[in-house]
Amino acid sequence: MNEALYPIAVFFAAIFTNNILLTNYLGMCSFLSVSREIKTSVGLGIAVTFVMATTTILNWMVYNYILMPFGLEYLRFIVFIIVIAAFVQIVEMIIERVSETLYAALGIFLPLITVNCAILGVSLFMVIREYSLITSFFFGLGSGLGWFLAILAMAGIRQKLARAKVPPGLEGAGITLIIAGMMALAFMGFSGMINIA
Amino acid sequence: MLVTLFISVGIISAVAVFLALLMVIADATIGNYGEVTVNVNGGARELVVPGGQPLLKALTGEGIFIPSACGGRGSCGLCKVKVVEGGGQILPTELPWLSEEEKKSNIRLSCQFKVKNDLSIQIPDELFLVKQFTTVVESIRDLTHDIKEVRLKLIDPPEITPVAGQFVQFQVPAYELTDEPVYRAYSMASIPSDKNHIELEIRLVPNGICTTYVHKYLKEGDEVLVNGPYGDFYLQNTDRDIICIAGGSGMAPIKSILLDMQEKGLKRKATYFFGARSARDLFLLDEMRQLEKENEHFTFMPALSEPDEGDNWKGEVGLITDVVARHVKDGASKEAYLCGSPGMIDACIKVLTECGVPEDRIYYDKFA
Repeated sequence: MNEALYPIAVFFAAIFTNNILLTNYLGMCSFLSVSREIKTSVGLGIAVTFVMATTTILNWMVYNYILMPFGLEYLRFIVFIIVIAAFVQIVEMIIERVSETLYAALGIFLPLITVNCAILGVSLFMVIREYSLITSFFFGLGSGLGWFLAILAMAGIRQKLARAKVPPGLEGAGITLIIAGMMALAFMGFSGMINIA
Repeated sequence: MLVTLFISVGIISAVAVFLALLMVIADATIGNYGEVTVNVNGGARELVVPGGQPLLKALTGEGIFIPSACGGRGSCGLCKVKVVEGGGQILPTELPWLSEEEKKSNIRLSCQFKVKNDLSIQIPDELFLVKQFTTVVESIRDLTHDIKEVRLKLIDPPEITPVAGQFVQFQVPAYELTDEPVYRAYSMASIPSDKNHIELEIRLVPNGICTTYVHKYLKEGDEVLVNGPYGDFYLQNTDRDIICIAGGSGMAPIKSILLDMQEKGLKRKATYFFGARSARDLFLLDEMRQLEKENEHFTFMPALSEPDEGDNWKGEVGLITDVVARHVKDGASKEAYLCGSPGMIDACIKVLTECGVPEDRIYYDKFA
């Protein structure tokens, strides 16, 4: 594949063929709990996309400029987590200060994202797959958008589902997980479209 | 080997310290809203509090306790406060707890709403008197097979000034049935003039978080946190005859009201109907009989709905509603005080109105 196009390929792969939520099943907790309404899921989706794209870059720099030179790659789990937590916390404070509307729409979801495993997962995949800085950025952005797409689709389905009769034993998380499984099957249709490592 | 260890510890500490420093700086600059003024009830109190914290916490810090059951996590929806000025937008975390009407009248969830600018808020006046008390369990005794009387001695602050009939919130610490402290409301059975003690009557509810704690774990000498007093269930300042009706641990506020009347020497005619299933559910009979003896205006009328053969019961028999209907005459000139389960209260209100008691003179405290 053309070297220059590789980041773009990774970007689309992260959205469709290697969707972080539907193929790796990461970031499930907020996916299950905040997918009741389209409006809130859009807020969370945008927040996740933003945080994923930015923390991936930050973690790439921390990994390549601090951990690698000292041979401390094994510390990446802890370091990535604290970088993400601190970054999200500061972004939340800034949003809260700057815009009330933005805070009500996005900021409120940020604490939820700190513990979203998809964010950490993206940073770890970036290390395992040895992406460059540019590729990592597109990978983070793509994964975020992929997650956004998945939760948006789920929220759309669940809004309709609210009016459907669900067997009592399957209400709530049960039916949501089954739907997530079906969506994952559907996304398998994309596989083979783009091949990345 | 040792060198790598030091390097790894050093690097991770450096990263952590750097980030922590960043947080501290951010907290002092971006997160610093300075001091803001909270005007409570149109100037009744003016609080100057550090900005940036939730309103509930700011008020608690100033000694104003808003009833809340979840401890400020936004999961109980109880800590509602009217923000008259300076409220701004309602947050998504508040929406599930607010009705359309509440949204329109600026009701906010005080644990989610953050104080960032000067505010005016409106809270019920009685909340000014609410305090948190550190207490020690002085005694616990069995009133019946499933009701315990818990007597608490106030330590800090050492005195409470409730009105007879009000309730306090009892803090259950984290234990087997709960991961976090929770609050449950109980009426005070003690006489208000005993300012150093609070008596609660707590009936065991299967799997109840607080009742199980009190019945299985609480011992004499244990420390208990309570806050209060709350509630608008108390004796009205009139000279009408009164009817009291209670069931089970609904005894508590009625007992407090009756003792208070006795102590103040009120000459109002009072009839107290107490409903129980069988003799083993009756309690404080001696105290009530004693009160009857000392006070010619007071009549105690316990009634059993299903007396056991061995009870040898000579008093009233039947559902409390039937007993009330048999005895209440000329209801139009009386007022009524009820405490018990919602079912019992609704049924009693129906019977009392049929006996002529005006509905706005029936006061009640429903167990929720």
